[in-house]
Amino acid sequence: MMRRWAPIVVGVALVVLMAVLPLLNLSLPGILPTPTYMPGTLALLSLCMVFAALALSYNLLLGSAGMLSFGHALYFGAGAYGLGIALEHFGVPLFPGIFVALIGGMIIAFLTGAVAMRVSGIPFAMVTLAFAQAGSVMVRRNSDITGGEEGLGLATEQVPDFLIGVVNTRSLYWFTLVVLVIVYLVVLWVDTSRLGHLARATRENEQRVRVLGLHPYRAKLMVFVIAAVLASLAGVAYMLLQSGTVPRAVSADLTITILVMVVLGGVGFRWGAIVGGVLYTLLDQRLTVLAGSEAIAGLPDFLRIPLSEPLFLLGVLFILVVMFLPGGIAGTIDAWWRRRRGEKVRLSLRTIDDADAEAEAPVEVRA
Amino acid sequence: MSMLVLTLITGVGLGALYFLVASGLSLIYGLMHVLNFAHGAFLTLSAFIGWLVAQALGTASWGSFLLSIVVGALVGAAFATLTELVLIRPLYERHIEQVLVTVGLSFAAVALFEGIWGTDPINIAGPPWLKQTTEVLGARIPNTYWVLMIAAVLVLAALVLFLQKTRYGMIIRAGVENRSMVTALGIDVRRSFTLVFAIGGAAAGIGGVLAMHYTTFVSAHLGSTLLIFAFIVTVIGGLGSLTGAAIASVLVAVLQQFANSYLSGTGDFIVVILLALVLLVRPSGILGRKA
Repeated sequence: MMRRWAPIVVGVALVVLMAVLPLLNLSLPGILPTPTYMPGTLALLSLCMVFAALALSYNLLLGSAGMLSFGHALYFGAGAYGLGIALEHFGVPLFPGIFVALIGGMIIAFLTGAVAMRVSGIPFAMVTLAFAQAGSVMVRRNSDITGGEEGLGLATEQVPDFLIGVVNTRSLYWFTLVVLVIVYLVVLWVDTSRLGHLARATRENEQRVRVLGLHPYRAKLMVFVIAAVLASLAGVAYMLLQSGTVPRAVSADLTITILVMVVLGGVGFRWGAIVGGVLYTLLDQRLTVLAGSEAIAGLPDFLRIPLSEPLFLLGVLFILVVMFLPGGIAGTIDAWWRRRRGEKVRLSLRTIDDADAEAEAPVEVRA
Repeated sequence: MSMLVLTLITGVGLGALYFLVASGLSLIYGLMHVLNFAHGAFLTLSAFIGWLVAQALGTASWGSFLLSIVVGALVGAAFATLTELVLIRPLYERHIEQVLVTVGLSFAAVALFEGIWGTDPINIAGPPWLKQTTEVLGARIPNTYWVLMIAAVLVLAALVLFLQKTRYGMIIRAGVENRSMVTALGIDVRRSFTLVFAIGGAAAGIGGVLAMHYTTFVSAHLGSTLLIFAFIVTVIGGLGSLTGAAIASVLVAVLQQFANSYLSGTGDFIVVILLALVLLVRPSGILGRKA
């Protein structure tokens, strides 16, 4: 009984803590730039939550359904640009605009997903990358709609006053917290539903699922579309938070960033994705501050150049995690916890790989 | 007419560039089932080092141009070999993690290149002949395209000779066909993994130096842009098939150039549509084996 309720109690307590944070005066020097009630920290924490939500949606794809997509940024960008375009060019009010952005993300996800799932494994990764690239090119080219390289600003006249300006960072913070909670609940619901079980079964052995008369393609596509809509929702929150978006929101770089977050946190663990998203965003911000600091500027070139590039350090960290900590943070803690209780441990990435290898092996040998 | 010829020949030239990048990717995937995201980083580093060499020897001479290509190939091969030995080999048979490691490497490498050479593209120069044009059937073709085509044909010929005529080439071909059988015959396939990486890296290195002359600048992102087209080419051509990659490179690039000239610059978009169509009709690509 205790074990079943413990995660829920901890989760609710965390959400409540996050919700009252803007009302408290806490300082975490070295991690947060200002005390928690100041806009600087609230904006940073909101960004953390946006990326945590995005990482959660990606984890649904990679961790639960075993699909390595390199095009997830497309749906994030669809949310951000969708909202921006709906407000700017069609003069729709905010909430219908959000709805339009989500529907747009869903349609794009359905079309691209249905085609990309003609192949699986590594080819799937390449195809999703190509689609995202096409999206990125379209955003950059059609500058009269999307603002091109300059990016698209938020049409503030359509947005309620309480969500605008530095003074109202607090309400934006609460908005992103709500988004994160919604994304978490949907992911939890999918993971525990019939659909989630089917997706996991497909990940393990697609042929067996088909023999049972179930439809792996349909299940995978459903999960893909749900994950994409959640990414669009994160994109909507990003658009409001940054009051604008730039082409980077659709780029392959961003997808790789999400991948780094999820792998860092631990593939297949919902809390791992959140930890990964938050940790990455904080590290990125802190390392950028470090890069500009005087301590770095005084170093000789061969130390100064690598240390002043946050993405270089994060890339190296990512490589080290993949090579020496394959479960990520959550996987390693979980494995340690299970080993202490004498349960069997399996790392999620390895499982996906094994399923792939099995799919490649000739059928005669297995029978 | 001259417009048609121009589009066609520049398309083939661009295809030659795609092939230089895609050939290595396709071989690596065929043998090892690794999607090498770091291929773009091999290419970019070769371009930068090639540019440094050319600068040191005077950019206008043909000698420095050829030497920069050779150095580019060597740098690409060395970088690729190192990547295989340090990052790929310890993760033997764990494909997803191998892909992730190459993703991390490309991520880190681009940032490091930006740190060393700055974020702005650096304009480069080469032998003056490269800036001129040659007239074919009334179309004025920039000379860089000829160099690209010659390089790609030489690389293709060298690869085919190597794969058909040498013992290592035979092992690689056998490994692409059926790796477990090769292993069962007592041959250490892993040694050929390093070789394939080195060859792919060298081809990408040549591609990098030439891509720099093609775009007339070099930046830390030179490789990432080309890499995506190389991915598309390898999927359309059929993963693991060198001939497929060659055919698809030309097909994709010619189509792209035609769309750019006649359909108001929609080339990139058309290529993705082509990819979608190929996947719908024939998911394993033009010359790929049954998926």
